[in-house]
Amino acid sequence: MSALFDKIAQNKKNQVILFIAYVVLTGLGLFLLPDSTIAFLLLLFSILVLYYLNFNLRAKWVTGIAILAVLVPLIASHSDSYQTYMEVGTLVGIYCAMALGLNIVVGFAGLLDLGFIAFFAVGAYTYAIFASGQASKFMPFGHYPLPGDTFWIFIFVGALVAALFGILLGIPVLRVRGDYLAIVTLGFGEIIRILLNNMDHPLNITNGSMGIASITPPKFFGISIGNASQFYYIALGIFLVVIYVVRKLENSKLGRSWKAVRDNEIAAQAMGIPLVKTKLAAFAIGASFSGMMGAVFAAKQMFVDATSFTYLESTMVLVMVILGGMGSVPGVILGAAVVIILRTQVLTNISDWLSQMSTNYGIPIPPALSPEKMQLLIFGLLLIIFALYRTQGLIPHKNRKVDVELLKKESAAAALEREKSTSGGADS
Amino acid sequence: MNILEVKNLTKQFGGLTATSDISMNIEKNSITAVIGPNGAGKTTFFNMITAVYKPTSGDILLNGKSLVGLKPHQVSQFGIARTFQNIRLFNEMTVLENVLVGMHQNLKAHWVGTLLQLPHIRKMEEAAKVEAYDILKYVGLEDYVNENAGNLAYGAQRRLEIGRAMAAKPKVLLLDEPAAGMNPKETEKLTNLIYDLRSKLDVTIILIEHDMKLVMKISDYIYVLDHGELIASGEPDEIRTNKKVIEAYLGKGAVAND
Ligand SMILES: Nc1ncnc2c1ncn2[C@@H]1O[C@H](COP(=O)(O)OP(=O)(O)OP(=O)(O)O)[C@@H](O)[C@H]1O
Ligand SMILES: [Mg+2]
Repeated sequence: MSALFDKIAQNKKNQVILFIAYVVLTGLGLFLLPDSTIAFLLLLFSILVLYYLNFNLRAKWVTGIAILAVLVPLIASHSDSYQTYMEVGTLVGIYCAMALGLNIVVGFAGLLDLGFIAFFAVGAYTYAIFASGQASKFMPFGHYPLPGDTFWIFIFVGALVAALFGILLGIPVLRVRGDYLAIVTLGFGEIIRILLNNMDHPLNITNGSMGIASITPPKFFGISIGNASQFYYIALGIFLVVIYVVRKLENSKLGRSWKAVRDNEIAAQAMGIPLVKTKLAAFAIGASFSGMMGAVFAAKQMFVDATSFTYLESTMVLVMVILGGMGSVPGVILGAAVVIILRTQVLTNISDWLSQMSTNYGIPIPPALSPEKMQLLIFGLLLIIFALYRTQGLIPHKNRKVDVELLKKESAAAALEREKSTSGGADS
Repeated sequence: MNILEVKNLTKQFGGLTATSDISMNIEKNSITAVIGPNGAGKTTFFNMITAVYKPTSGDILLNGKSLVGLKPHQVSQFGIARTFQNIRLFNEMTVLENVLVGMHQNLKAHWVGTLLQLPHIRKMEEAAKVEAYDILKYVGLEDYVNENAGNLAYGAQRRLEIGRAMAAKPKVLLLDEPAAGMNPKETEKLTNLIYDLRSKLDVTIILIEHDMKLVMKISDYIYVLDHGELIASGEPDEIRTNKKVIEAYLGKGAVAND
């Protein structure tokens, strides 16, 4: 049976047919059962199936983007839960980008950061302050709120400010290593949150614990972007850019420097890699992804306060990275998707079901036992299980392999070239 | 001509003097061995040259320029590469990537250019890979290109360290016990490789080694350390018969009893 399956799976044509069948089936499933979360998840799952197929890379990308950008929204739009689905999709996009940012710091550069949500907060507040009346409370010039068209610029401003904070954190922190680094970054995350919560006096910059409300929604050629189905596309767009950046950096000089520093600091330095600069680059670039998505988050919620950026959120992003597979780009994306879907869909569904049980059958369920409240316990258990039984995560990291035959050929060609040029020199 | 001059180099760890008032002149394009019993201060000496440790006093001059006070990566950029006694590879990276990291200072790729996929950067990366492959072929690791460095056998790891250091195209190459843990056959191959390396790379080699056969065979000049002090220096034949050296290795009285 499994041999038969292998045979089918190995053939490319069969793979295509099976994949299309899967997508059609799950798509139809969601179309017919529009309110079934499971049908929605199964359709999303097609991306993972796609990842494991044997197509060429470009075809995979095009297919994947088509599914995410066209198929999923199209089918989901028939559902009453359309906005909920798109909200989940947006959150997955936001957290994927953030997890990929943290993956640069933790997975590539090997620097444990327990306060990563701080950069998300910084990005969110950057947009929130200037896209609401808040800025006029302390800025001596300019008219606030800034119009929604500036949102697009603020994606970059958010990235830049977050990167600056990344460097700011990096400079003092990089003197310490390992466990100490974890503690200091944890402290940094809390400091940022507490600052945001208290910077309403003497100068009212963040409006303190009241938070910042009525943030201007983004405008796209005059259209105001207000609902989840629209933000979905913004998140998807940034997410794709982030993947591109990460994949290009991973196998570049900078990416190799990060991994070298992670594997052996002393040897990395002895090979001419500047330690501080390399680590700061990891912090800054990782933070900038969070900053971008922070701006998106603020625009989507139209309200920010410090409660969205607690230590729990930092932990969640770290769980995504560890669950998915440290250093593994597809793994981290899967990790982020799994955690967000667990949090927003599965856990809430279970708690709904439990509360129904208790009202229908009079079974008393203490509120402390509701899955929503137990998520810390659940994610803690997940972490422990992964630490014990699958340390490399769901999709373990693999180093990119080079084509040795090609290298061999090119090496021979280069040798011939050298020979020619030296013998040519001797002739003349 | 001296490429490297070491002047009155001293390193103290608290009360312990690891090297004391060492002076050396290393001739360009030579192979120099630094030998001595365990704990003599040989690795400490390398660590001072490569700025892992800051000397307590004394000076190190590369082509007349002082290296003291530089950061390790700066020393590397000045043209000094090394291997480590306790192998320090990038274990989770592939063998090829390890060599590519060795090339870093010769690769001028800004990350912004990388993101924009500038053609000259892609070309440079491609050429670097071919060069790295050539180096792997040279040290006999061309069959392990895509293997993780941490999975290599011990002897192969030592050769990879040499390959990685070669990739930096150094002026001075420091080898800390390159033959440690190798069997006689491997050692012989390594000896030839090191000997060949000098002319191939036009490099000056300083090596720390306990294998006397290797040392005597390829060294132009030998410095002997014992308890942090320089007790002898000279050509292999002089060192072989030097009483102080024999005493240091075999203990006092060994010469008299003979
Ligand atoms: N970081 C350090 N802190 C304290 N003492 C050190 C340190 N590094 C080396 N030492 C001491 O300095 C002395 C010289 O050590 P070193 O490693 O240079 O010896 P070596 O000649 O390389 O010996 P071996 O042949 O065993 O490698 C030893 O007594 C060692 O314990
Ligand atoms: Mg030593």
